[in-house]
Amino acid sequence: MTGATLSGIVPHLPALQVVVPLLAAPVCFLLRRGVICWGFATLVSWAAFATSLVLLQVVLADGTIRYEMGGWAAPWGIEYVIDATNAIVLVIVSGIGSAVMPYARRSVMAEIPANQHGLYYTAYLLCLAGLLGVTITGDAFNVFVFLEITSLSSYILVSAGAGMDRRALTAAYNYLVLGTVGATFFVIGVGLLYMVTGTLNIIDLSERVPALQHNRTVHVAFAFIVVGMGLKLALFPLHTWLPNAYTYAPSTGTAFLAATSTKVSVYVLLRFLFVVFAPSYGFMALTLDYVLLPLALIGMVAATVAAIYQYNIKRLLAYSSVAQIGYMVLGIAYGSVEGLTAAILHLFNHALMKGALFLALGCIMLRVGDVTMRGVQGLGRQMPWTMAAFVTGGLSLIGVPLTVGFISKWYLITAALDDGRWPIAAVILASSLLAIIYVWKIVEAAYLKEPPEGRVVREAPLSMLVPTWVLVLANIGFGINAEFTVGVARTAAMGLLGGAP
Amino acid sequence: MNPSFLLAVTLLLPLLGAVFMALTGGRPNVREAVTLVTAGLLAAAVYALLQDVLAGGQPTATLVEVAPGLPLVLQVEPLGMLFACVASGLWIINSLYSIGYMRGNGEQNQTRFYICFAIAISSSMGIAFAGNMFTLFIFYETLTLSTYPLVAHKGTDEAKRGARVYLGLLMGTSIGFQMVAIIWTWIAAGTLDFTVGGILRDKIDPTLLPILLALYMFGIGKAALMPFHRWLPSAMVAPTPVSALLHAVAVVKAGVFTVLKVIVYIFGIDLLADTGASQWLIGVAAFTMLAASLVAMTKDNLKARLAYSTISQLSYIVLGAALATSFGILGGALHIATHALGKITLFMCAGAIYVATHKTEISQMDGLGRKMPFTYAAFLVGSLSIIGLPPLAGVWSKWYLAMGAVETGMWIVVAVYMISSLLNVAYLIPVVARGFFRPSPDLVPQSVGAAAAPAKDGVQEAPLLCVLPPCLTAAGCVVLFFYADEVIALLRPIVQ
Amino acid sequence: MLELFLAKYNYWIVILLMMTGLYIVVARGNLVKKIIGLNVFQTSVFILYISMGKVAGGTAPILTGRDEIFSNPIPHVLILTAIVVGIATTALGLAFVVRIREAYDSIEDDEIDDAEKQDMARDLEGRLP
Repeated sequence: MTGATLSGIVPHLPALQVVVPLLAAPVCFLLRRGVICWGFATLVSWAAFATSLVLLQVVLADGTIRYEMGGWAAPWGIEYVIDATNAIVLVIVSGIGSAVMPYARRSVMAEIPANQHGLYYTAYLLCLAGLLGVTITGDAFNVFVFLEITSLSSYILVSAGAGMDRRALTAAYNYLVLGTVGATFFVIGVGLLYMVTGTLNIIDLSERVPALQHNRTVHVAFAFIVVGMGLKLALFPLHTWLPNAYTYAPSTGTAFLAATSTKVSVYVLLRFLFVVFAPSYGFMALTLDYVLLPLALIGMVAATVAAIYQYNIKRLLAYSSVAQIGYMVLGIAYGSVEGLTAAILHLFNHALMKGALFLALGCIMLRVGDVTMRGVQGLGRQMPWTMAAFVTGGLSLIGVPLTVGFISKWYLITAALDDGRWPIAAVILASSLLAIIYVWKIVEAAYLKEPPEGRVVREAPLSMLVPTWVLVLANIGFGINAEFTVGVARTAAMGLLGGAP
Repeated sequence: MNPSFLLAVTLLLPLLGAVFMALTGGRPNVREAVTLVTAGLLAAAVYALLQDVLAGGQPTATLVEVAPGLPLVLQVEPLGMLFACVASGLWIINSLYSIGYMRGNGEQNQTRFYICFAIAISSSMGIAFAGNMFTLFIFYETLTLSTYPLVAHKGTDEAKRGARVYLGLLMGTSIGFQMVAIIWTWIAAGTLDFTVGGILRDKIDPTLLPILLALYMFGIGKAALMPFHRWLPSAMVAPTPVSALLHAVAVVKAGVFTVLKVIVYIFGIDLLADTGASQWLIGVAAFTMLAASLVAMTKDNLKARLAYSTISQLSYIVLGAALATSFGILGGALHIATHALGKITLFMCAGAIYVATHKTEISQMDGLGRKMPFTYAAFLVGSLSIIGLPPLAGVWSKWYLAMGAVETGMWIVVAVYMISSLLNVAYLIPVVARGFFRPSPDLVPQSVGAAAAPAKDGVQEAPLLCVLPPCLTAAGCVVLFFYADEVIALLRPIVQ
Repeated sequence: MLELFLAKYNYWIVILLMMTGLYIVVARGNLVKKIIGLNVFQTSVFILYISMGKVAGGTAPILTGRDEIFSNPIPHVLILTAIVVGIATTALGLAFVVRIREAYDSIEDDEIDDAEKQDMARDLEGRLP
């Protein structure tokens, strides 16, 4: 490829970011054979990752990119808008995808019937395309469409676990029902907004809605969108679909979904709350204080306590995810630059932690076939690299210094204390102390108990260990040097609140 | 060698050693040689740094900027230098002792033990040389985590329980209180750098100062202020070398060292003296000192008694710091060194007795002194140093601490120091007295059952590597008595 | 009151359908009926969109070259998409129901719950104290 064609491609990267995985999905379906599909999906993920990195770089250097899809100008056509906030989410989504895919081959072979492999990778590619689309688009209805592409494909990813446990089917079914209700709520909200403003373009909306701060229709739209997104991002107490879905999905599906799909929903919530509605006072601002904030706090504590009592480690981590989402929503509910910085930072950091943890669990699933407390007994000696990865991820979850979790906690607490919200800081701390308990349960089982009689297992294969450790090292790397992530998060937060860039 | 580079080396050396130990895991001789060589090199590096500091240097090294405004910085100042000298010097002796003890007892998982030990030492160096509170906090936490496997080493239910309490209390207090205090400081002062004279003057409402101080003091769980002292007795399930170096020297001293750092460089003693924000701490520390001494008297398990003694002695230092006078600070800092020497001696003796006889309760140790004269002699010297009798090092730190109390005119504090010293006598001397003056139970059977149990196994001294180290540290107590002036001279700049 | 009802009758229909749909989703134990409820619920949204695009007296949005008032076509287009999404969701949901029936021999919520409780108990069987 010559330099000229490269520079010719760059302006069209926003479109390619979504179109490539979207078109790849049917191609993957036609390829049929498992291994070929896997190789193809891996390449597509890497291409998407490379694209998102370039986009992030361009955005950080030159500011917001606006791309008109098909050359149709904004109010009629669909516009893709990329600023620091969604550029970083794009990197998270495609980055996690590129880490999970190389890992997937062995794991998928072990967990999913052979005749479904091609379909599984197809669903994955659709999900990737959907997530990237939701993130990148600047059109409210387009968000809904991509959201549904994501959802439909993720129901399939979850149900693919049916080969191992029939409960994957009911989990997927419940996820489908609640997910559809959530998405429909969202689209009702968007419809109401369209009714009063006559536009679906998010930038146009952001110019017209603030003038209608007291319009009843806008309030209703606001409520529908917040509840709909609350369902999608599993905000406590709308999280009931999540634990089962994450528990019974195949390891790779869980790792990918846990690290990306709720994050994208959080992003949508961020975008609508602060860019479209931009509440400064009145009904909508109060919602932050009196609805989101308490729910986030209760979710953080309740889900953490629930996690402590789990026997199945996948389910334990699923509950921990609900709690971690509470942290993000908490940062959102502060409504300040510090709070949003913390929320976006945690969005990124939590993807790294949960990605690493679920990948490590996948290694255990492959070798031991059991991801309960009994399964990990004595694994510290039998699968040292896997367990070391798991423990590092767990430490990050607790928020031990030199991991990304610490950076998140630090900024969340700083944001709370900055506003003088002492009780909230206390709840954050309490919840992270409780996290020690559930992580330590696993550590003790793995390192201080003897393996069950007669169980002989080997360390996981390199093709799975390497992606796991890439994420683990990212946990440490961005924990030791968080300048980049904090910088991006701050730029994004200021952008959302209408400050500089 | 470039001092900044040397500074980074002190952290990396033990880590490098840990890697080598992992590589040579299968062969005990090589592994232990690596430990000793690493310890030796580390001591040499610290010694080289000491020369630089004595010459007036202040080596600094910025490792990485973790987040905007929050760099990991290492900077040598006198207090940290003292702590580093103590920790690195005693690591050599303790490594010798570990070899004797772990082999003598045939312990499992020895490679893990040595690796975690080395990581813990590296964290201690990080604490000693931390240039700001953020850096200190990070190494404080890594120290907790790296010592957890050591406490849980035996893997028994009791060890697991103890380790849980250990981790829970230390992590709980540090995340629950200390981190909040640090963030509060950061928001209020805009910096976390250790600065002579403190960074908080006029930055925070004086009525809130005692609360911030409380968050720090209880947040530094390693200083074992009551009611957050339970982790230390729990940690005694660990093998004795761990109790000796970590829970008499590195970990607990990291705690009181942090207390001193916070009081001297974050608050500033003038600020505390002016506002009286540390008055309440005097009460809490005095209570801990006396209460822990009293509990120590009731303990029959030798290591438990020593643990409570440590809790009490740590409060000497906290109390000295709370007085917010130069004598109090100097005395507290000096006590870090003198108590370390004395207490490590006592722990190593307890371990030697365990290796030789497998006895842990004081009531079983009658008459052992005559069979293990070197061990008991070292124990006596260590006890006397902790009690504070000349010509042993302990006398100097107590002297300075009492001077600090006199300086503030708080006679009651002076009295507390004196009473506590008497209590030291009451719980340490009986151990020695029983050893030397009580008849051995196997020679004069008091009952039929007692006669049957201890077969005529001919108890004798533990292996050389278990006995030599406590004798060396006991000798160290004497030597330090004569060189205390030099240490004070080193420390003097921190209170100017 | 009656005027309000009549003037905005399309919204009342939307609300009625929406609530009916949601009620079926929540209250019915039969998995197929839940999917039907979901459909009714989505239909209410289609009507919401389409009816708001209606301009009084307007014709269908077809360009005839003459000046004419016509209804806003955008909601129609949007809802075409939404209908496609709805069909896909229904199809996938029903596919799940088929698979669930194969696996559990039932499409009733409570019977499946019982079966899952047994699964859960089996998970915990080998649990060590």
